[in-house]
Amino acid sequence: MQSITVRYFASIREQLGRSEEQFGLQDLKTVKDVWFRAAGSPPPANLLMAVNQEYVSLDTPVKAGDEVAFFPPVTGG
Amino acid sequence: MSIRVQQEIFDPWKLLAAYESEHADRLGAKTGASAVFVGSMRDFNQDAVVTAMTLEHYPGMTEAYLEKISAEARHRWPIQDSLIVHRFGAIVPGEPIVLVAAWSGHRDAAFAACRYLIDELKHRAPFWKQEKTTTGLRWVEQEKS
Repeated sequence: MQSITVRYFASIREQLGRSEEQFGLQDLKTVKDVWFRAAGSPPPANLLMAVNQEYVSLDTPVKAGDEVAFFPPVTGG
Repeated sequence: MSIRVQQEIFDPWKLLAAYESEHADRLGAKTGASAVFVGSMRDFNQDAVVTAMTLEHYPGMTEAYLEKISAEARHRWPIQDSLIVHRFGAIVPGEPIVLVAAWSGHRDAAFAACRYLIDELKHRAPFWKQEKTTTGLRWVEQEKS
């Protein structure tokens, strides 16, 4: 089965209660679909997302083997 | 162009001296200017006393992003080299968190590149600070810039 890896960081991880999981690709077309599968609710306005470790937006398509990540605004430096 | 994302504490000034010595062929007499930023952990944030911090990161993406902004700085300004060092894991007040340095023939490029690198790092590099205060744990919020 074709699948993607989904990772969560910081307060998003705490809210969802898990740091990583695999989703089957069925019915998942975009990053937005992945978020709804993960959280069951609309994405927060300031949510950041990446596919294969590059920043993307909610309408970016996903494909088999992708690593998708969701996280809050960053606070490094 | 060097990036280091590490758990270990570092002394920014010893690190710079060692780096310049190691790369003396490139950073010797041809560069006249170096601009350096060091960010360290404070023991306060807004109203709270902060006693410790955990710095979370996204291994892989953090390095990729820092490499991307380093390449962009090199594209925009005539710099000979740049260095970014950033810690993750357990940090204690007073300890350095980040070092950014840029070397150029002239100060305009060195200052501008150094500023760009730390600003871009703070804007989008995937790190998240969790502070331990006297009232509990909290995630630091991104400053409105």
